[in-house]
Amino acid sequence: MVIVGGGGHGLATAYYLATRHGITNVAVLERKYIGAGNSGRNTTIIRSNYGIPEAVRFYQRSLELYQSLEAETERWVMHKQKGLLNLAVSEASLRTERARAAVNAAFGARTDFVTPKECKEICPQLDLTGGGVWPVLGGSYHHEGATARHDRVVWAFAEGAMRRGVHVHQKVAVTGLMKEGDKVTGVETTAGPISAKAVVGAVGGHVTTLAALAGVRLPIRTHPLQAFVTNHYELAFNVIAASPPLLFYMSQTARGEMLIGAEIDRQPSYSYRSGYHFLQNCSQRALTLFPFMRNLRVLRQWTGVCDMSPDYSPIMGLTGVEGFYVTTGWGTWGFKAIPAGGEQMAELVATGKVPELIAPFALDRFAKDRTMADRGSAGTH
Amino acid sequence: MSLHIPCPNCGSRPVEEFLYGEISTVPDSITDADARDVDRAFMHNNPEGAQIERWFHVFGCRRWLTMRRDTRTDEVIGTSWRGY
Repeated sequence: MVIVGGGGHGLATAYYLATRHGITNVAVLERKYIGAGNSGRNTTIIRSNYGIPEAVRFYQRSLELYQSLEAETERWVMHKQKGLLNLAVSEASLRTERARAAVNAAFGARTDFVTPKECKEICPQLDLTGGGVWPVLGGSYHHEGATARHDRVVWAFAEGAMRRGVHVHQKVAVTGLMKEGDKVTGVETTAGPISAKAVVGAVGGHVTTLAALAGVRLPIRTHPLQAFVTNHYELAFNVIAASPPLLFYMSQTARGEMLIGAEIDRQPSYSYRSGYHFLQNCSQRALTLFPFMRNLRVLRQWTGVCDMSPDYSPIMGLTGVEGFYVTTGWGTWGFKAIPAGGEQMAELVATGKVPELIAPFALDRFAKDRTMADRGSAGTH
Repeated sequence: MSLHIPCPNCGSRPVEEFLYGEISTVPDSITDADARDVDRAFMHNNPEGAQIERWFHVFGCRRWLTMRRDTRTDEVIGTSWRGY
């Protein structure tokens, strides 16, 4: 089998093919180096506080696999449970958080609806008045929210897969797909052709181009997403804080930097360029609720390119072309889904049957008018 | 530096003043009427390279313009009032 894309999802798929299904004749092809794309550019948040039942179940599975990942792979990925606080600053967002807590509780994620006083207890740095502009009306607290070191996650899966015989090829780009009739039978690469029973597209950003080689049209637009870190702050910010209506989310890294992300750039683009305007908008909003950051400075800013689906849910599984599978539409929510996405894609490729957990996220849901609308959980719009 | 769009009326303005509008194109190879509807509603060409697109200058002259842009670099190739 061939997996195109050596990021978290591709490597996790290879890892679970090797460990759960004994399939080790697998090549993972990466154009740059493993984790060079969005796996190395995200804000490392792990959570399952989504807004629709199918998503809560899927991300809860992923969150639980993350909790046992260090024990399973025997590699330290710096997984740390911190809890995630979603802050509502409008009546509408307060209703959203109340609904989120109810849906989460019903489908297996631990999320409580909390009052402003409880928000302050969970996160003492919070300014409840919102700078006099956005007073905090309440929120939801997701107990199992966590972070992990993104590239250690990539390496843990890569190493675990390679120890069992999987080949990971870096600096090998896919240039074409081999076909017999309508069926995909392998890939052409810069290092020569590889024939395969199954080709899995686990590419971030450039998936439309790959799928087009197989004749598959995708409902994907590629948008840049920016993030930044500040200089070091005392290790005192113990929670992941986010505000869906204000469009920012932040946590503190193990080094003490405040790591902040916000919304996607409006225009579809493959450009990795980051801009001052984003920095200005994002920090302005973050400062209303967290005035302590006024004294911090921006250390680094960067951009990833994200595959946005129209319903803000992932697209996993069959493509209608035999031998060609995709795991895409990971938009701005891919990191937290790495273990479950890999596990479920591995099961699909190994058994040929679509696992129940990811059946709702199939590509053909758009033609069937069964979209999985969950914009309010993306946190980036 | 963020993207600046040369509006034929207002001159070079930051992208935040504009709304993006995609030009939906269904490939001729799709012939089934239902499949064409699905494609028009959901699918995107999402090209890596030059793309023709529409932008509405919402915080400016409030007119739609047509622009050619390289999506790999965000380089603006040209804008005009005309169609595409």
